[in-house]
Amino acid sequence: MVSTLILLSATGLGLAALYFLVASGLSLIFGLMDVLNFAHGAFVAVGGYAAWTVADHVAGGFGLGLALIAAVAGGAALAALTELFIIRPLYARPLDQVLATVGLGLAIPALLQAVWGADPRTWTLPGWLAGTVNLLGAHIPTVRFVLIAAALALLGGLRLLLARTRAGLVVRAGVENREMVAALGIDVHRAFTGVFALGGAAAGLAGLLDGLYQGSISPGDGTSLLIFAFVVVVLGRMGSLTGTAVASAAVGLVQQFANYLSPNLGDESVVILLAAVLLLRRRDLKGRPA
Amino acid sequence: MSPNRPLIPARATSAIASSGGTARRAALVVLALVLLYAIPYSTVQLPGVFDGPLDSPGTLQLLAVCLVFAGLALSYDLLFGHTGIMSFGHGLFVTGGMYVTTILVDHAGYSLLISALAGLGVGLVAAVVLGAVALRVDGIGFAMVTLAFGQAVSLLVVSGSPALTGGEQGQTLNAAAVPAALSGIRNTANLYWLALAYLALCAAVVWWLTTSIPGRMMRAVKENQQRVEVLGLNPYLFKLLAFVIAGVLATGGGVIYLLLLGGATPTVSGSDFTLGLLVMVVLGGAGRRWGVVAGGVLYAYADQSLTRLSGSSSVASLPGLLRSPLQQPLFLLGVSFVAVVFFLPGGLATLPARLRASTMPMRGMPITRRHRAKRDAVNAKSREEVAPRG
Amino acid sequence: MTYQSSVDQVVADRAPTATEPILRVSGLTVTLGGSAILHGVTFDVAATGVTALLGRNGVGKTTTVKSVLGLHPIGGVVSFAGTDLSTLPTHRIARLGIGYVPEDRAVFAGLTVEENLRLAEPARAAPRYDFVYELFPVLRERARQPAGTLSGGEQQMLALGRVLLGPARLLLIDEPTKGLSPKYAGQVALALGRIAQQVPILLVEQNLAVVRRMARDAVVLDMGRVVHTGDARDLLADPSLTNRLLGVSAAPVHSTTAKPAPAAAPAADLEAGAW
Repeated sequence: MVSTLILLSATGLGLAALYFLVASGLSLIFGLMDVLNFAHGAFVAVGGYAAWTVADHVAGGFGLGLALIAAVAGGAALAALTELFIIRPLYARPLDQVLATVGLGLAIPALLQAVWGADPRTWTLPGWLAGTVNLLGAHIPTVRFVLIAAALALLGGLRLLLARTRAGLVVRAGVENREMVAALGIDVHRAFTGVFALGGAAAGLAGLLDGLYQGSISPGDGTSLLIFAFVVVVLGRMGSLTGTAVASAAVGLVQQFANYLSPNLGDESVVILLAAVLLLRRRDLKGRPA
Repeated sequence: MSPNRPLIPARATSAIASSGGTARRAALVVLALVLLYAIPYSTVQLPGVFDGPLDSPGTLQLLAVCLVFAGLALSYDLLFGHTGIMSFGHGLFVTGGMYVTTILVDHAGYSLLISALAGLGVGLVAAVVLGAVALRVDGIGFAMVTLAFGQAVSLLVVSGSPALTGGEQGQTLNAAAVPAALSGIRNTANLYWLALAYLALCAAVVWWLTTSIPGRMMRAVKENQQRVEVLGLNPYLFKLLAFVIAGVLATGGGVIYLLLLGGATPTVSGSDFTLGLLVMVVLGGAGRRWGVVAGGVLYAYADQSLTRLSGSSSVASLPGLLRSPLQQPLFLLGVSFVAVVFFLPGGLATLPARLRASTMPMRGMPITRRHRAKRDAVNAKSREEVAPRG
Repeated sequence: MTYQSSVDQVVADRAPTATEPILRVSGLTVTLGGSAILHGVTFDVAATGVTALLGRNGVGKTTTVKSVLGLHPIGGVVSFAGTDLSTLPTHRIARLGIGYVPEDRAVFAGLTVEENLRLAEPARAAPRYDFVYELFPVLRERARQPAGTLSGGEQQMLALGRVLLGPARLLLIDEPTKGLSPKYAGQVALALGRIAQQVPILLVEQNLAVVRRMARDAVVLDMGRVVHTGDARDLLADPSLTNRLLGVSAAPVHSTTAKPAPAAAPAADLEAGAW
């Protein structure tokens, strides 16, 4: 009983970690730029495939390390390009901005499918990653811990970045009032690109870790993660890292426990959770009183 | 008095013009309907566009699907273009119409008519309930909730109870329950006319609604929700009304689509389907009804013809790098989104105005900083060309 | 030459003399959300002293100020020390030395007072913290507090302090005493008086006592147009004029020929509530 509980919790937190990796970028992007980035799932997928391709060619731990760099760099690069050529020109037309990101979110995974095929590409995990860890009688796959560690590292790193650096200061202020930031002589657009790239990097990492978690990668993985990430972002507060972290944990755990009770109940219970929270909430999506 | 302000405000002039314009528009609509009605009698061939003459079953089937999608696009435009609410779950109504009808016919043995009516009833109830819940939040939250609802329905249909819904394969409709007039290849024309009737119904409902008072309130909600509230009216109710009407229309479309396909398919429950509706509306021009119809027809045509296109010799001869993306329907869908946004903002409906404008001088355009800078740069350059410094 | 240094060069070459206006607004037209807000507003802001921008609620005073900053698309010409502002984005306009203190103060509530100030530090000059803390010692006391927990008056001081850290050449200040208790209003007004001795200010104000104390020129807007320009004290000394233009009767407290009173007296009359 206890071991099942622990296994479920670990799996739920592992999922939560994945959601957080994707949702943190989304949340910052929306908080700072008011852009709902439907292309974020594409960043995940591109990161994942970049990593897989590298690991496919370079074996062992070194290959995995390179794959990590490929995932992060690939996601960041695609995100920066998206911000510069898709988001920025449409700054005055927010609805068209959303539509363009939707279009990208459809086109890029399809492109990946065209190149790599629709069938999942399998990941061969190195021995130390493929094993399990025994925690109070539960055998938890090591990958779960890697996921959780990565998410915690991202959370810590982002908080440091926001609290201690000037760029972080600009982002925190911009989330509140970007007009005023510009009126102080600061070029907010550079912050936009930076935040987008950062979100893309985290998304790329999520792509790699998702592949390791599932043991394989397919073109639609990013999009299915994205939907849950959206739920997390809406549940947490846009632009608030802690809120996103807590919401990720909630969604991941609810999903896992509900799935245990009945298959597919997990996904549906997430929907119900979302509806319930939105109905009961008294504040708007940025946490200001509605 | 500012030189750019017209003597008679635009709304007044359109009111003056519209009395003649309404008659003209009505005549156009009747003409279009007559032409569409006559298609199954025509043996005109359009090589490249259709595989056979207009009265062949294959072509009629394709056209019928286009008409249904045009109707669905109109129902979606009621939400998006007219009332300004972006739903990512509209496909669930189509799904509901298809599946409820199929399940009742196949598993409960009811007649097609009863099942279809029951499907519509379920759609109505679902629209009221889901709309009431989802509209409590605005904008992004609403989009997310509808997305989540759509996903939930999709899950139900695909993996929830495969025995009932046929899972990923879908469920064929018991052919015995379909009335003779609508079954069999010989009767494709009847199905075509049914689809036409559906489109006409959608158009009639949308036309009537948008000119009615609730409809004008919906447009007001889109433009300035605060103003509606200040008037003491509740925007929520108008949005809900739009949501319910659009939902019921879409459910009806699902029933018609079911008859066209002969079965229920889970593809209509996916988010891609709803995004397809969005593309139809954006392509045609959100809020412009003729544009939306055109968008629906074009998109459905492209979607249906894609298999033909990807198998065609011209695409097959392209180098692999170009060919494989073109064979991915979602790639084309995504690219068309981006293309419309960048190259045709406002959709096809703006084409006539653009063509007219390109032949006229730039008068009375809104002055933005960029425009002024551009205009000054152009002026400076032309001044230099006329009298170069030296 | 980088863009910034070339802008600096242009500005240096055309630095105004004391008699040339530092800001010229000419034919400013602004349309927002389909309605025309400003119809060809034209006025100058002198290179020294306070120019008051007056008018009833909703005539377009805040819109005018925001347009100078590039926060709205405009028609017409806005020229700052000879530089055309219409093609510049907001942050470049601010970098030219234009400071903005908005009507709602716009302090960043989640950041500490210190962080709010740090954000506003100039890129190329040494920040003048000594001047700011001398004007508003409370900011030093509350340095670590989140700005959202400050009182309205303290937030106003923070908003003012922000724009004084760098080498400001013109300040756009929108209703600084609005909603403040008399104590804070008085302190803010005092501070404004001192600031005005160093930097020209375009001041939007409904509070005529403040205007009378420190404004030299007045520009009055009505329905998106300039309906009066001239000496501020002359305007306020004419009750029928002020009534017609501003909808208020402003009975003069001091004689119109008196210069602004020295520091001690204004504090007394402000606290005595002689608005």
